[in-house]
Amino acid sequence: MSDEQGAAAAGVMGGDEETYRALLQSIVDVARAIFDAEASSVFLYDEDADELVFEAVSGQGGDTLVGTRFPSSTGIAGFALVTRQPLVVDDLSNDPRFSRERAASTGYVPNSIVASPLLHDERALGVLSVLDRNGDRPFGVAELELLARFSTQAAIGLDLLLRARRARSALAGEGSAALVARVAALLDEEEGDDGARLLEALERVLASREP
Amino acid sequence: MSSRPVPAWSLPPGDAPAVEAPEPWREALTREWAIGGSRGAVDVCIVDSGIEAGHPLIGHVASAHAVARGEDGSVRIVEDDLGDVVGHGTACAGIVRSLARDCRLHSVRVLGAGNTGAGELILAGLRHAIDSGHRVINLSLSTTKRRFAEELHELADDAYFKGTVIVASAHNLPVDSYPWRFSSVISVGSHERPDPLAWYANPDPPVELFARGVDVDVAWLGGGTLRCTGNSFAAPHVAGISALVLAKHPELTPYQVKTVLRLTATNTEATP
Repeated sequence: MSDEQGAAAAGVMGGDEETYRALLQSIVDVARAIFDAEASSVFLYDEDADELVFEAVSGQGGDTLVGTRFPSSTGIAGFALVTRQPLVVDDLSNDPRFSRERAASTGYVPNSIVASPLLHDERALGVLSVLDRNGDRPFGVAELELLARFSTQAAIGLDLLLRARRARSALAGEGSAALVARVAALLDEEEGDDGARLLEALERVLASREP
Repeated sequence: MSSRPVPAWSLPPGDAPAVEAPEPWREALTREWAIGGSRGAVDVCIVDSGIEAGHPLIGHVASAHAVARGEDGSVRIVEDDLGDVVGHGTACAGIVRSLARDCRLHSVRVLGAGNTGAGELILAGLRHAIDSGHRVINLSLSTTKRRFAEELHELADDAYFKGTVIVASAHNLPVDSYPWRFSSVISVGSHERPDPLAWYANPDPPVELFARGVDVDVAWLGGGTLRCTGNSFAAPHVAGISALVLAKHPELTPYQVKTVLRLTATNTEATP
């Protein structure tokens, strides 16, 4: 199956990954604008590796950070993830330990961060963070409350992205889902209706069988 | 997803509705009666990411344990000399120490590398803290896994009947999380005043109390401090105040401690 066919099949099965990536990018762009901030990021929690991964970045480091990983229990994003609680941390640049770690991983040392866990149903999918407001204005309770509510959107976006990736992964396999998707992708490109009629006939046969 | 309204994350300034209490109670139960003096050190346990012992704002840590997972997947409690690799538990411990200077601080590490959000580790750590007989447990964390809710509920009730006060930070996101919603624990949100001894009773539970949680200078790894905002930092204020109450009145039950905190709250007024 070609990449194009795969993308089409994934779109049929679980949605289009690129669309959901664009949704997450839009969320961090809007978060950054709302808070008049230097940067905003969505991190995905990779449970198997126990790491946080930059999934969408607006502002500082946006070009290079996507895909970068760090241990899930470190940093302020890790605070929000492990405790399932949103928080604000100020005066970070006064902390040499944090600054060194942060500079080594991202090249940018913020002074303040507001971070909220991305909770969807029972799971913690990641973290939404916003760094440094312009004009030396600190983050306050209002920003924390707004970001916490905003994170519900980001959590849904991240959930959709994960579903699309799982669908894509399933389509790359040998199971019946992959077969159906391959056929669906071919049907999309078919000019006549012979294939569709054949499938309709197959559907009638399968539906008429005893359970 | 919960259909209940999202609880207020914090108490806006100037917006603390009065809570009424019968006049004789309010007159008898003053703050001076509640927290003025001590009859002995109280054991306070921070179930979190560990504590950095020897931090200038914390000092001595009486005991430190960690929940570890064996190769066969089993969970056990081990003595811990790792301290705190995340910083969250150290921040909470420093707040408790700032209020209850004479308390004995204990640590049970349930968060950290590889332990992100593992509900069974939180359960095991909390069970150990309760079985150890500590009078106050601070839980500035929660789990969103429903399958752990029933066991957490039983643990919270067990603590309640054994005389252990569990103080848990409240959540403000539209998802269910535990154990702060349970009535056998004391749940805490934040207010914006910079006064560590200002606490408010909430007339509209499930959040029961609001304590200082905004712009708090907390202990940070490496002996330093950081300025933090969040309910995680409000709960240890109430844990510290609960330790003060129990230092003076060790005979009080968790139910009575909660009543004392409500009757001596900043916004509680006497009704004739």
